[in-house]
Amino acid sequence: MHIKEGLKERHTLSVTVTNEPGVLARIAGMFTARGYNIESLTVADITEDDSVSRITIVTTGTPAVIEQVVAQLDRMVPVHKVTDLTVLGDHVERELALVKVAGTGDHRIEALRLAEVFRANVVDTTISSFVFEVTGASTKIDRFVELMKEIGLVEVARTGIVAMARGKDAV
Amino acid sequence: MPKELSGADILIEALCDLGVDVIFGYPGGAVLPIYDALFNQKRIKHVLVRHEQAATHAAEGYARSTGKPGVVLVTSGPGATNAITGITDALMDSIPMVVITGQVATHLIGSDAFQEADTVGLTRHCTKHNYLVKSPERLGDIVHEAFHIATTGRPGPVVIDIPKDVQVATAPYRKPGTISHASYKPQVKGDIKLIEAAVEMLAAAERPILYTGGGVINSGPGAAQILRELARITGAPVTSTLMGLGAYPASGDAWLGMLGMHGTYEANWAMNQADLILCLGARFDDRVTGRLDAFAPHSKKIHVDIDRSSMNKTVRVDLGIVGDVGRVMEDMVKLWKARQHPKPDLSGWWKRIDEWRAKKSLSFPASKSEIMPQEAIRALYEATKAKAPVITTEVGQHQMWAAQHFHFDAPNKWLTSGGLGTMGYGLPAAIGAQLGNPNSLVIDIAGDASIQMNIQELGTATQYRLPVKIFILNNEYMGMVRQWQELTYASRYSESYSDSLPDFVKLAEAYGWKGIRIENPDQLEAGIAEMLAHDGPVLVDCAVAKLSNCFPMIPSGASHTDMILGDDQVSGELDDEAKALV
Repeated sequence: MHIKEGLKERHTLSVTVTNEPGVLARIAGMFTARGYNIESLTVADITEDDSVSRITIVTTGTPAVIEQVVAQLDRMVPVHKVTDLTVLGDHVERELALVKVAGTGDHRIEALRLAEVFRANVVDTTISSFVFEVTGASTKIDRFVELMKEIGLVEVARTGIVAMARGKDAV
Repeated sequence: MPKELSGADILIEALCDLGVDVIFGYPGGAVLPIYDALFNQKRIKHVLVRHEQAATHAAEGYARSTGKPGVVLVTSGPGATNAITGITDALMDSIPMVVITGQVATHLIGSDAFQEADTVGLTRHCTKHNYLVKSPERLGDIVHEAFHIATTGRPGPVVIDIPKDVQVATAPYRKPGTISHASYKPQVKGDIKLIEAAVEMLAAAERPILYTGGGVINSGPGAAQILRELARITGAPVTSTLMGLGAYPASGDAWLGMLGMHGTYEANWAMNQADLILCLGARFDDRVTGRLDAFAPHSKKIHVDIDRSSMNKTVRVDLGIVGDVGRVMEDMVKLWKARQHPKPDLSGWWKRIDEWRAKKSLSFPASKSEIMPQEAIRALYEATKAKAPVITTEVGQHQMWAAQHFHFDAPNKWLTSGGLGTMGYGLPAAIGAQLGNPNSLVIDIAGDASIQMNIQELGTATQYRLPVKIFILNNEYMGMVRQWQELTYASRYSESYSDSLPDFVKLAEAYGWKGIRIENPDQLEAGIAEMLAHDGPVLVDCAVAKLSNCFPMIPSGASHTDMILGDDQVSGELDDEAKALV
């Protein structure tokens, strides 16, 4: 006997929640409890009084699963609003990464040259290393990291995706 | 400025303001301040159970039979972990319940202190919401908010974890006004445009069926009344899930009986052949649908539910209406009448239903030497129906036989663990129901295996002079497990025999109950009469045919039309796909 799976889609959700202890565990735990995927999850408060946090979740699943993910998030007590940015249409997604590269000589020069191409900033340097700060779509960061592997990549830290709908309206 | 009260006193005041008159609990180190506050007051009755799981089931029984939220008070650590089964049960069956747990003092949290458990972490997935109260200033508002969340929208359990120092520290308490929650706003009224569309679909249907569930009962007695009206004006047949029994009267003309795995032939065939299914406060559970790709293939489906996430969860529907099912049905009836829809001519549909009814799918083989379990339920029903008893059950064959052969004409009379299927539910639930309905006859229909899972609660009934009755269908097996092993695993009865059963009569007597043993068909009526004649608690140990199976049955992985009606249709072995499915 084999276990069957349907065709999956990738969706980016924006979720506003009351900023209270345990809220992130509640959200993340719901995903594991119901067998949903989290590709990326970012959270930070977005109000002056720290009362509301905005969570950006990238998830994959069949259309029926995505519909359930949205509904399950929406029924949680501390959740204010759930917006499926992928369904909404055009939106921007950005990610920030810190990339440490070590090397000397040509490798060092090549690293700087590539950083310029990717509009990455040098935020720390020693005689034999750089830490680059690079932002953009996840694919751009993937590519940057891939190139750096060949010239002395040491480690990578990524924030995960934040996203926002285009146009003048709030979610 | 109101005067300062201890956290424990704030809790008592808030509970009184919320109209709580009984709580089910068990004391321990981390709730001693609350128990001391209880000692000094007379407004709330505390019922001391013998195990925390029983406190939660008793609260469920109280809630389900009265419509009011059930309240539980337990200590930290094992008190809280023991309560988790009942909390999960309440979540699955949408029972309003508030569970107050003691916690170690705030400065000890996270230090692996004595009887410390991460209660909010452990109960996050089995509650509708939960709280860790970190200061007495917040306690009053949290208690009020917890009741608001437990009782509105889709009801469910809410846990309030109160550290011991918060119970002792003082703060002012003021009863809050109407609660307006920042993010929790359940949708009660359905979208009228969608309701209009539903009414037109209903008026145009040739083979409609009303598929009702526990939501109708949760919506209140008014919803059960409006359901009758909806069935009357549309002429549609009515079936119900296990949780919804009693919402539509079993004596009503449109009643088809329960649907699903052990539902009637007519209910399941009508679901399969319908051209319109109106699902009212039910959730297309796997026990109802059977094999999903063969479920009701010819029908349009309308789903009315207060929980948006119930829509399209397992079955795609054509029209989903989010709202309180009672309010939505009320709007449907009003619209139907305003548009002057005549009662549709469904005679062709009813003729087919009558043919299915003629199968008499609930019939069972007769026996002169043994008591058939179905016969025992029927005799119990005949002897008690005039008293409109509250029936609770454990989980297994006896539960399904009770659902099939005991008939309910009103809501809040049938208390059973549907979603979680918790053995040991029935006795404590009966205790809770008896406390909420002191003048009602309350009977736990039990099995010999299930009853042992919370048998210690015999003592609770004795202590509070509760005249609860237990009627055990004793077949010396975990009957439903044995039945599945017979049907699916070629009768390899792995660990399903109830060996070393106690002498239930002597056990009952040891707890101060009356015990009655019924062994053959001649004793059945007299035994039931003797049980009813005794005004204290009675346990009846009724020996029934050991190897009876519960039919009809939709076997694992089969569709509604593949129903098994009797032993002669049993194959004895299933393939892996079917074994894994249900």
